[in-house]
Amino acid sequence: MTLKSKKEEAGGKKKKGLRSFLSNKLPPYIMVAPAIIFFLLFTVYPIVDMIILSFYEWNVIQPRKWVGLWNYKYLFDIQIDFKIALQNTIVYTVSEVFFLILFALIFSVWLQKDSKVNAVLQRIMFFPHLCAMLAVSVMFSWLMDENGLFNMVLSFFHLPGLRWLNSSSTAMMSVVIVSVWKSIGYQTLILLSALKTIPADIYEAAALDNTGPVRKFFCITIPLLSPQLFFMLITITMSSFKVFDSVRMLTKGGPGKSTVVLVYYIWSYAQSNLKYGVAAAAGVVLLVILLILTFFYFRILDKKVHYQ
Amino acid sequence: MTAKQKRKIARIVTGTLNTLFKVFVGFLFLFPFYWMAITSVKPYLETLQFPPTLWPKNFTWSGYQTVFRELNIWMYIKNTIIVTGSVMVIQIFVDVPAAYAFARWKFKGSGILWLLVMAAFMVPGQLTFIAIYFMFADWGILNSLLPQILPSGASAFAIFLLRQNFKQIPEELIESARLDNASEWKIMWRLMIPMSKATVVTTLLFSFIGHWNAYFWPLVMTRDEKLKPITLAIERLKDMERGLDYTVIMAGNIILVLPVVVLFLLFSKKIIQAMAYRGMK
Repeated sequence: MTLKSKKEEAGGKKKKGLRSFLSNKLPPYIMVAPAIIFFLLFTVYPIVDMIILSFYEWNVIQPRKWVGLWNYKYLFDIQIDFKIALQNTIVYTVSEVFFLILFALIFSVWLQKDSKVNAVLQRIMFFPHLCAMLAVSVMFSWLMDENGLFNMVLSFFHLPGLRWLNSSSTAMMSVVIVSVWKSIGYQTLILLSALKTIPADIYEAAALDNTGPVRKFFCITIPLLSPQLFFMLITITMSSFKVFDSVRMLTKGGPGKSTVVLVYYIWSYAQSNLKYGVAAAAGVVLLVILLILTFFYFRILDKKVHYQ
Repeated sequence: MTAKQKRKIARIVTGTLNTLFKVFVGFLFLFPFYWMAITSVKPYLETLQFPPTLWPKNFTWSGYQTVFRELNIWMYIKNTIIVTGSVMVIQIFVDVPAAYAFARWKFKGSGILWLLVMAAFMVPGQLTFIAIYFMFADWGILNSLLPQILPSGASAFAIFLLRQNFKQIPEELIESARLDNASEWKIMWRLMIPMSKATVVTTLLFSFIGHWNAYFWPLVMTRDEKLKPITLAIERLKDMERGLDYTVIMAGNIILVLPVVVLFLLFSKKIIQAMAYRGMK
């Protein structure tokens, strides 16, 4: 911003002292102050408190007791359930990334042309993204009920019914199906708007060279979409590591521990086990994961800004 | 048949198949909503029937009656509206000045402060809820709606979007306003906001949808039934003593989804544009 220098030029004479401080230096601080106070209270303080708490044992009733790294030992050494949660989260994340990117690519290329049908279909697919996860979960937990419509359709084709959310072998898959269904329209939209920015002459040149559609897809479309694909990779990974709502509503972590994910673990240790130190330590692990992902996120963000 | 005719027929066939498949995909995304809607007006016994009826044989409003009379849904809707409304008002007064300062002023420490905004953008409520809950307990406000309102008071995403927009407003306009002795406050409200109306509306829209749908935060912040929002009320329908009565559950669900449907029908273009933009950033 050249604002300050411009102001000085326009003013000609530099005002000095308190008055200049009040009119030139102070306003931005006053303007950002409320937001900063909110962020200090509701982001910085809780994170610092969480990191400190992760070295203590605390159940609200008794005062905090210093235990050093014991909570971390509890997570990784003593109990197995955190490792299960971590594992489940990774399975969930990998499936989300894979299916969302795959389907978003297919749909965006398929619906690329400007036509009435495509525009309508894009909107229909996008809508679930705006709906409450709760509403979507309620719909699907009924469709996936053992006497629900999905099994009726399967039996219509003489296929054995699935236990969907009620079996530890299919529960995670079912949760993934629901969340892919919910957000595929949004991911497709991102790729579609990126596709629109690809200059038409690149494809025209390819057409002159008689390039087949498959080669065109792998040699032109994918490389040109790579910034968006990388962006999707990072954002989907981040949101998948934070997943809670769908799991809580659809399976409550079950059956057994088959769908307990990181945040569910943190929440249940705070909510029902009252082991706040352990919950905080698990939170620190999640924080580190998110920090690493954010680092990559801003790396690409910077790159894109430079090229523009 | 000539080769030309053959090709023409092939094109028509693939075109039709393509469209049919598009209709099928649209069906996959619309059907759950349709199923929810018709279930909400089917009598209890009909919801259990096999094979299921694709159109209700007997209509009933009993599901909606139960939701409104027995569940006292208005209380929850009122909570949601108070929370959502307050958040939107606070956000306007907090985020607009912050975005303006970050977009238009150079000041010492702005880099670090901007980093703080980005940090807030990244840190989810799933990490902060424990500390914030006990902080509110210390403040003695757990017995109010404030725990659901205050943490959303400043939105990093809104500041980010608004700043981007404010940056594009021509410098000359601001300078001439300053020469007319307009205060910074006036520049913000009379110039910046009207010039970026679209962005302001979108951020408010996102704020509304986000808080109308909010689940995790109220779940961890509220103990008292009187303070719960509509999402938690609808969730409770599944755990009622009456057993699973899908007529009632889906009626509640329709009430939860309806405002978002209306907003989407009204603003779909704007929402989709903003979402695509968010994806590009």
